Order: sequence, then C-alpha cells, then structure tokens
Amino acid sequence: MSAVTYLEAISQAIREEMRRDEAVFLLGEDVGTYGGAFKVSAGFLEEFGPDRVIDTPMAEAAIIGSAVGAALMGMRPIAEMQFIDFITCGFDQIINMANKMYWRVGMPVPIVIRGPSGGGTRGGPFHSSSPEAWFFHAPGIKVVVPSTTYDAKGLLKAAVRDNNPVLYLEHKLLYRLPELREELPEEDYVVPLGKAITRREGEDMTILTYGAMVHQSMKAARVLEEENDLEVEVIDLRSLTPLDREAILESVKRTNKVLIVHEDTLTGGIGAELAAILAEDLFEYLDGPITRVAAPDVAFPYAPPLEEAFLPNADKILDAARKLAAY
Amino acid sequence: MSPKTLLEIYYFMRLTRAMEDRTRTLFLQGRVVGGVYTAQGHEATTVGAATMLRDGDCIVPQHRDLGMHLVRGSSPRAVMCQWLARGNSPTLGRDGQMHIGDMHHGIVPMISMLGESLPVACGVALTMKMRKRSTIVMASCGDGATNTGAFHEALNFASVQKLPIVFVIENNGYAYSTPNSKQFAIQNLSDRALAYGIPGETVDGNDVLAVIEAVGRAVEHVRGGKGPAVVECKTFRVRGHSEADKANYVPRELREEWLAKDPIKRFEAYLTTENILSEADRANIEARVKDVVNDAVTFAEQSPAPDPATVADYAFAPDGPIAIVGEPGAEDPRYVNALDTRTGKPFTTMAATTIKLPEEVGRR
Repeated sequence: MSAVTYLEAISQAIREEMRRDEAVFLLGEDVGTYGGAFKVSAGFLEEFGPDRVIDTPMAEAAIIGSAVGAALMGMRPIAEMQFIDFITCGFDQIINMANKMYWRVGMPVPIVIRGPSGGGTRGGPFHSSSPEAWFFHAPGIKVVVPSTTYDAKGLLKAAVRDNNPVLYLEHKLLYRLPELREELPEEDYVVPLGKAITRREGEDMTILTYGAMVHQSMKAARVLEEENDLEVEVIDLRSLTPLDREAILESVKRTNKVLIVHEDTLTGGIGAELAAILAEDLFEYLDGPITRVAAPDVAFPYAPPLEEAFLPNADKILDAARKLAAY
Repeated sequence: MSPKTLLEIYYFMRLTRAMEDRTRTLFLQGRVVGGVYTAQGHEATTVGAATMLRDGDCIVPQHRDLGMHLVRGSSPRAVMCQWLARGNSPTLGRDGQMHIGDMHHGIVPMISMLGESLPVACGVALTMKMRKRSTIVMASCGDGATNTGAFHEALNFASVQKLPIVFVIENNGYAYSTPNSKQFAIQNLSDRALAYGIPGETVDGNDVLAVIEAVGRAVEHVRGGKGPAVVECKTFRVRGHSEADKANYVPRELREEWLAKDPIKRFEAYLTTENILSEADRANIEARVKDVVNDAVTFAEQSPAPDPATVADYAFAPDGPIAIVGEPGAEDPRYVNALDTRTGKPFTTMAATTIKLPEEVGRR
C-alpha cells in the first residue's frame, strides 16, 4: 500500500463506488476518453464503458439536469464540473430543480456535483473560484470541502451514498501536493457528512476553517506556538452543510476567541454565518471580536502579485491572530 | 382506433377542459390563492400526445399539460388539492399549480423555469437506455421554452446520446404576451430539430387525430432506438398567460379564428359525423366529467390545510437504500424512494386517495 495523493483519493472513491453500486455513474466534459481535465477519471472508460463514464457536450445545464433526471430514476450520478467556476452555467438545475425536489414532492435526488475549486494556480477569474457560499445559502443541498487525502476519499464516498444533492468541492491546489500524500486504509470507509474535525488542539484561540485554508491555518498555528507561545485550536469544518455547530460551539466556549479563515470573498461568506451563530449563541463567552480572514470583495485576479495579495495565507492569518490574541 | 378508444380520448379532452374551467371559477371566487395557468385550446395536443404512450413510459409535462397528466393517471383530486394548497396535496402545500409528479408512474414534476425540465428528461431517458428498456420519455415545452439554453442543450445531448425522447413543442402563439414573431425568425419550431440531426414534424395541434398520427410516428421512431424526435403542435392559447392576464394584446380576429378551431368541438363534430358519439354517449360523458370534477373539488375542500408547525420540515431526504424506479421490487417500502418519506404514505399524485373514484376514471 503506497501513499496516494488527494487527487488519487478522489479517483479511488469514485472507482470504488462505481464498482460497489451499479447505480453510480460519472458524467461530464472530457471525463471519458481523456480521463478528465485533471485525470481524476483516467482509466475509467476502459473499466466501466461509455454507458457509465459519459463524455458530455459542453453543456452544464444538460450535465446537471441529466444527473437530476437519472437520480429521480434511482441512479446515483456524479456530475463533474471541469472547473467548478462553470457550475454557474447549470445553477438553475441545482437551485430550482435538484434542491427543491425532495422538499416539494418527496422524491430524493441523490446526485454529487464535484469539481476543482479554489485558487493559487494562476487560474484567473474563471478558473479559481470558491463558490460554496452560494450553495451554503441555498436550502436543499449539502456542501462538502475536503482538506486532506483521507477526507477526500471518505467524504466523497459519503456524498455518493447520501440521498440528497451534494456539492463536493475539491481544491485543485491540493490535488498533487506531495505533503498531502497519505496511506489510506485498504478497507471501505466513509467520513460522515456534517462532522468537523479538530486538526490541532489549543486553549487560546479557535480557528474555524476548511479546504486549502486548513493548511495555511495550521502553518500559522505552529508559528504562533513557537513565536507567541499561543496554543491555537484549528477546526476543519469539512462539511459546510450540514454544519457541525456542536463542534464549533464546544471549541469556542473553551478558547473564547475565534478567527474564521476562508479563501472565498468576505461579504456574505461562510464566515458571516459562523460569526452570526457565535454572536447569537456564545455572546457571553467571547473575549475578543469575532475576526475573519478572507479574500477581498472583488473577482479572482490573474497576475501573480495580485493573486498573492488576494488570497488569504499564513502571514495574513498570523497578523489577524496576533491582533485577536492581544484582546 | 376503436370507437371505445376514441370516446375515451374525447372524455379526457372534456375532463381537461372542465377541470380547468372549474379551477378558473375557484380562482375567481378567491379560493385559489396563487396564479392559475390554463390551457384552453391545448386539449387535442396534450391528450392526443399522451394517448400514444404505454406502461413504463414517462412524461415530463409543463404547466399547460393537465391533459397529459389525466391521461397518464394523475388524480383529479390531487390536482385540486394542489390548486387549493391543501396539506395533503402532492407537495404538501409547499408548491402549487401543476408542479406534481410520481416517478413510479412516470411523471416528472415540473418547475416554473420553463425549458429546465428538458435536461431532466434526458436523465430519465439516459437511465432507460442504460437499463436497456424499451420505454420512452415524452417531454413537452411551449414555444417560449424553445428559446432557452436548456432546450437546446437537451435536444443536442439527447441526439448525441440517441436518447428515447419525444419532444412535444406546444406552440400556442404567445410566450406570455410575446408573439411568435418576436421570439424567433423561423416558420416552424420543428425546424429547430434539424440543427441537432433530429427528425421534426409540425402538425395541427387542434386536430387530435392529426396529433395522434404525428406523435405516433415520433413514438415509433424513438421506441425503435433511433434517438429522439420532435413534434411541434401548433395550437392557440385562448385565454391569458394566467388568469390575471386579460390577453388584450391578442387581436380579436385571431382569437375568433382559433375559437372556431376549438379542438373539442372539432373532435366532437368528427365523432358525431362518424356515428361514434351519440347524444346519449355525450350526456353520459358529461355526467362522468361533472362527477369527477365535483368529487375532486369536494375532496380538496374537505382536505386539511398544511400545518404551519411543519414549515421547516423536509429539508433533506433521509438515509437508506434507493430503488431504481421501474425495476422489480422498486416499490418495496424499505426503499427511501418507494413511499413519500415525508408522510410515510404512498405518493398522492396518482389516484391514490381515500374515496374511490369511478372505476373507469384514473389510471389507464
């Protein structure tokens, strides 16, 4: 058993689910012959054939809409967005069609919509986005954001087995990151949706984060320990919907200070909702302002100096954490 | 077609008209709280097209397709509960109008974003193809929806994948107030099919026998595994887009011209001339129609309103196995999609209500 990448974990999850359940199939642009833009489905066409690994036209509404139709028939389609930015082209099929179906008519829509999200890869305004907040706001869809190789596999398996629409946001910067290589269990496992995990324990401050920002937060937490003698707890939310409120509240009750970090833009982001929950539920526990580190409220820029200025990173987290610690 | 079948078609056309007439009355009385969309003039198209389907087939109807619903077995009671926003409506009062369906009986529930159901139809057909079935999908849309991206994405994908779908375009002249001439610069919407390598045909949508023939040819093509087909039924929306719309923008002569081509009157004249429909038959059918409509309205009015305490319920479907619809055992209650898990009872779009309807009505 050798260590695999985050991307290989995603690939393994889909392959194993397709082997386990004939209702599972994959559709999207270039997923078949080409094996996907990032090669997540390399070799799938040969193993499963063109009925279950479907190269579609460049038409996101057709991809997601077809997935919904198949799901109504009891299938469990996985619809790949070549880059998650293109999910906007199929937005209506998610928001109005898939998300409202069970609530309206009682028929489950077990689909997974997945694709590469996030920046740091010089992708510019149309290949770098983090669209989670749009879907976090919309009732009827679960939103999952894995940060590790183990979780990438386990959360995707749980998403495929879930009976609801699930948006699975894989971070393309993590795909082949050597330090995320991990040996995965040989046996089948899932990481349940709606369960956060504590990546690092601490008593002085809680960082709430997810996706690629988990790693930046961990880096910052190590520096804070070495240079400032601060014990920072890092909670990786893993699922945004359902949100693990219990884990969040439990941690912040102990640390009394909270820093929220996300790669997506600030206004109306996940952090805004987390801040509202904390302000409502833990008002008397807070010893400092609920602080957010997020991207500025503009579209994702292309040029490297702009991209670096845009993205949150360990340094920006450090600055914010030190200010918060001073309270 | 046998006289019996022809009379049944006539019955469904009359039932469709009568249901909508009653719905309009309920609206005018203030008993329907939301918008009412009817389809006077569409009955030959909707009833005729659906007549060509058989068990296991699936319809993907839109808001002016009550006729398709009734032919395929949607319950008049369910329809009225839906209009009257009752707590036992198929959507438990969450949604109104013709937004109902039941996958086990082959009816995909629509949404208000017209055209968006067509990609969903592709997914249903894709599943039929994957499961190597001989069943087909009939997906409808109006002239307005043919201008959406979803329509074109669906036709193209269906063609590339050779999916078993009959696309029925109900061209009734107007998308809300916008006439055909401001929507597209072609004569026949069936020409849209040519762009995707799909056979397309245009037919008089007010002539039920012509619709049956044209849709019949399309169904044969599709069932033969040759991929999708398009049938444009040219008809006319005699009333407004909704009952709130007086449709003053429709020239009077145009409306009169089409009223003279009323599909029910035309079919009735044919049946009378051919000695298929006697005066006694007609009276019997009218009595049946009246009974069904009255029963549906009475049932709906006696049904409870939804419980406000449930407003935040049903956000997500529960865990558990899901059956592939249409396969043996798929309605076993251990499957999450076998019953309506919101209520723990069977889905109610089809004639599954507590008071028994006359035997000849309902599921065919």
